Amino acid sequence: MSSIDTPLVEVRNLTKHFGSVIALNGISMVVKPREVLCLLGDNGAGKSTLINTLAGVHQPTSGDFIVGGKSTTFYSPRDALDAGIATVYQDLAMIPLMSITRNFFMGREPMVGFGPFKRMDMKFADDVTRDEMHKIGIDIRDPQQAVGTLSGGERQCVAIARAVYFGAKVLILDEPTSALGVAQTSMVLKYVNQVRNSGLGVIFITHNVRHAFAVGNRFTVLNRGKTLGTYEKGAISIDELQNLMAGGKELQVLSDELGGTI
Amino acid sequence: MSIVADDKIKKTPADERLKKASVATTLLRRPELGAVAGLVLVTVFFLLTANPSMFTLAGIMNFMAPAAQLGILAVGASLLMIGGEYDLSIGSMVAFAGLVFGAALVVWQVPLSVAILIAILMAVVIGVVNSQIVIKTGLPSFIVTLAFLFILRGLTLVGLKWASGGATQLRGMKEAAAGSPLTSIFSGDAFQGLFAWLASNDLIAKFPNGTPQVSGIPVEILWFIVIALLATWVLLRTRFGNWIFAVGGDERAARKSGVPVVRVKTVLFIITALCATLVAVLTVLDAGSTDARRGFQKEFEAIIAAVIGGCLLTGGYGSAIGAFLGSIVFGMVLIGLTYTSIDQDWYLVFLGGMLLVAVMFNNVIRKRVTGER
Ligand SMILES: Nc1ncnc2c1ncn2[C@@H]1O[C@H](COP(=O)(O)OP(=O)(O)OP(=O)(O)O)[C@@H](O)[C@H]1O
Ligand SMILES: [Mg+2]
Repeated sequence: MSSIDTPLVEVRNLTKHFGSVIALNGISMVVKPREVLCLLGDNGAGKSTLINTLAGVHQPTSGDFIVGGKSTTFYSPRDALDAGIATVYQDLAMIPLMSITRNFFMGREPMVGFGPFKRMDMKFADDVTRDEMHKIGIDIRDPQQAVGTLSGGERQCVAIARAVYFGAKVLILDEPTSALGVAQTSMVLKYVNQVRNSGLGVIFITHNVRHAFAVGNRFTVLNRGKTLGTYEKGAISIDELQNLMAGGKELQVLSDELGGTI
Repeated sequence: MSIVADDKIKKTPADERLKKASVATTLLRRPELGAVAGLVLVTVFFLLTANPSMFTLAGIMNFMAPAAQLGILAVGASLLMIGGEYDLSIGSMVAFAGLVFGAALVVWQVPLSVAILIAILMAVVIGVVNSQIVIKTGLPSFIVTLAFLFILRGLTLVGLKWASGGATQLRGMKEAAAGSPLTSIFSGDAFQGLFAWLASNDLIAKFPNGTPQVSGIPVEILWFIVIALLATWVLLRTRFGNWIFAVGGDERAARKSGVPVVRVKTVLFIITALCATLVAVLTVLDAGSTDARRGFQKEFEAIIAAVIGGCLLTGGYGSAIGAFLGSIVFGMVLIGLTYTSIDQDWYLVFLGGMLLVAVMFNNVIRKRVTGER
């Protein structure tokens, strides 16, 4: 069963309704080990809704949801985390009043001691947090600093470092580089590569077609809650992909108006 | 190239962008700073104005007893507030739990241990009801528990009349509880042997006949201290404590990060109900009776003590030790005024003023911690 080709996560005809709003209207996609699947699409296409459903935040309205070959329902994000699926949410899911360390290990606290003396291993947690942040290219001043005092990009890096640290099978990144500087962005792309090479599956959402092309193996394009298509890297050019991402609108006209800069 | 790399490695331990945090700044980050300041202020005030007997052993026990009764509630309330919710029903809960506990003892005539068990079970039920309504409806806990403030107070009145045959007071608990091994845990003074020994060695004040003026530490004060320490340990060092901060800080982010939000909130509401029940048991056994006005307005005093202790009204930040200190401030002011020539009715003015100062102070602290711009 656990052959190399068994998809880590597969959805078929997934739909998600919020009251009368149809956010997802029949999505099918597959994530395999050792590959980066890029989810692309316009604003409001349903990318975040899709990954929120994969991460257990929402329950699908209908459709098949298969994890490791078995039909599954996640009732909460905790279930998804237990199944080895870690997510960097578009809104980051950080608590501003809590320290970097406490945010990093929120919901996955390391413990020492036993019985009534079981307690959080703060030293270990601080060390790991500092280390992981250093790896991603951020020297945090003090792991006990409140996350609310970090810059937007630093905060995004905490969320990414956390997901990479805890992701065991699948790593989901929802526009992880939207606030990052050049160095940190290349670091994140390098991370995505590393994580893939270590055998995980990665779902990577971005609006930057160059970033997608740099790390992606396959590209699934969403439009208005539906899958527009899935393309292998060799089978599509960067320009074709960009046009698909824009929902098929011809970008050439706009590009010409702006002097060919996009 | 290698020079740059070396430089980078050396730089990691100490960051040049970090000013050496002085002891003062580290202290300023602690939520209980305001409560410590308040306690110092109040102590100095009474040292200057009150009869010196206020700060003898007997005087300290005098103000610590009401501080403890309030403090047990305040510590529970502070945990719940850090978790982002309020419980306005705890005052009425003290009365209702007193009724259930008292009725079990004198009407059903069960042993003390069984009566306590019944009271605990009832507290768990009320905590679950409160929490499930708040969680399922998504209504503010403020309004849901306000409803229970009235419901429980009303049930207490009705129940008291039923249990006592028409009165609003129920008596006879002391006699009913006498002889149980649990009595000494929930009533009377602890460490009486130690205090007698201290008195016989002239280490504490004694009466002419040789018995100590203070026969021991009232058990409620010990309960208060133990509960405050336990709550602090839970908050700062356990997984559940981390979850309390997370849930109060941002419920959605906490859930997305794998925190079982529903479970945390349910447990917190049960804890406040249990704290109220403990106060009910302690006061009922102390007085030997219970009446409909028990715990009146204690929910507000508990919340004020928690706020003086550094809890933010918006949740996600605060401390149990702060609530502990805030309650002592309360007890000192309430009892301390009787040691002065000041009209006691200033108590309420003082209370309101204290709350206002604390809230403004906490607001500044929050901005400092979150770097809010
Ligand atoms: N909780 C909700 N209730 C109602 N409608 C929702 C909800 N969440 C999402 N939607 C709707 O579903 C659609 C898809 O939203 P989604 O956030 O998935 O888009 P997206 O592809 O991630 O866009 P972006 O690139 O801007 O992040 C939007 O039209 C949005 O308004
Ligand atoms: Mg999105």
